[in-house]
Amino acid sequence: MRSEAPGPHHDWLDDDAGPVVRPYTVTGGRVQPSAGRFDLVAFVVAGPPEEDRDGVPQLQPEQRAIIARAQRPITVADLAADLNLPVGVIRVLLGDLLSSGRISMYDPPTSRQFPDDDILKAVVDGLRAL
Amino acid sequence: MDSELSDQPTAKRRVPLALKILIAGGFGVGKTTLVGAVSEIRPLQTEEVLTDAGAGTDDLSGVEGKQTTTVAMDFGRITINSDLQVYLFGTPGQDRFWFLWDELAFGALGAVVLADTRRLADCFPSVDYFERRGIPFVVGVNCFDGAKRFGAEAVRGALDLDPDVPVVLCDARSRQSGKVVLVALVEHVAARRAERVSAN
Repeated sequence: MRSEAPGPHHDWLDDDAGPVVRPYTVTGGRVQPSAGRFDLVAFVVAGPPEEDRDGVPQLQPEQRAIIARAQRPITVADLAADLNLPVGVIRVLLGDLLSSGRISMYDPPTSRQFPDDDILKAVVDGLRAL
Repeated sequence: MDSELSDQPTAKRRVPLALKILIAGGFGVGKTTLVGAVSEIRPLQTEEVLTDAGAGTDDLSGVEGKQTTTVAMDFGRITINSDLQVYLFGTPGQDRFWFLWDELAFGALGAVVLADTRRLADCFPSVDYFERRGIPFVVGVNCFDGAKRFGAEAVRGALDLDPDVPVVLCDARSRQSGKVVLVALVEHVAARRAERVSAN
């Protein structure tokens, strides 16, 4: 659903044409996040709402979109899909948000004992019940 | 659900647990189809953009000298309950994206290697990868319409699989069949874990 855009209409600017703006434009060309590792299934949670409105650098629309979706825990992969941005771009944006304390990250556990038998059983039961 | 939120005083909200399962196999074997059949969301493709720090690119000063490539990754999600989600990631089918596998495989619960008996050799690299990494996997033999059907044991022999690796005949288009494959994988993971515990 695309509203009538002002100016001349270009038939070649449809969804199939892909992004008009190169994806890394939103990161200023950076390809490495300033902080964090950001596993695909790590969860992002937005920090408390900011009290100070002045003096803080304005967030980009993409970062605001991340904050809005991260009011509930959401994975890195889901953010990339929701925002239709490459995972690499999402990671750079998340790195900036993490550095400025606007989000918290919850990495998946990686111990050899993980996940334990109870979790595996819950997964099997859950899959069977689908 | 709100009543559970107080369990973690430091976290504003309870963060679920996400388990990662990889769906691997050769190009066109039905990975996207399988993800779509079992996922509660339509199979999403999220593009991974990579920097190519390949040979001849030893310029570390910035991004100017680097190449970027995009590769689409399928992913799907199954919510087990409010605390537990399973994420399915289809591995890139092309060989030149091997280096992406390490990231996908990091912390993965296990993998499903989809095989097509008409082109069984296509899944050799996947089998080899998971064997070498010690990542538990099952082989799902996708029974295409009209494809000559081989028994699970014939496939096991052709792939020279360890006896404990489950081989499951499946139809990647069928949600029910996809569930059976995933259940086989998780049970295989649990069985391997039990062996390890008893061996210690």
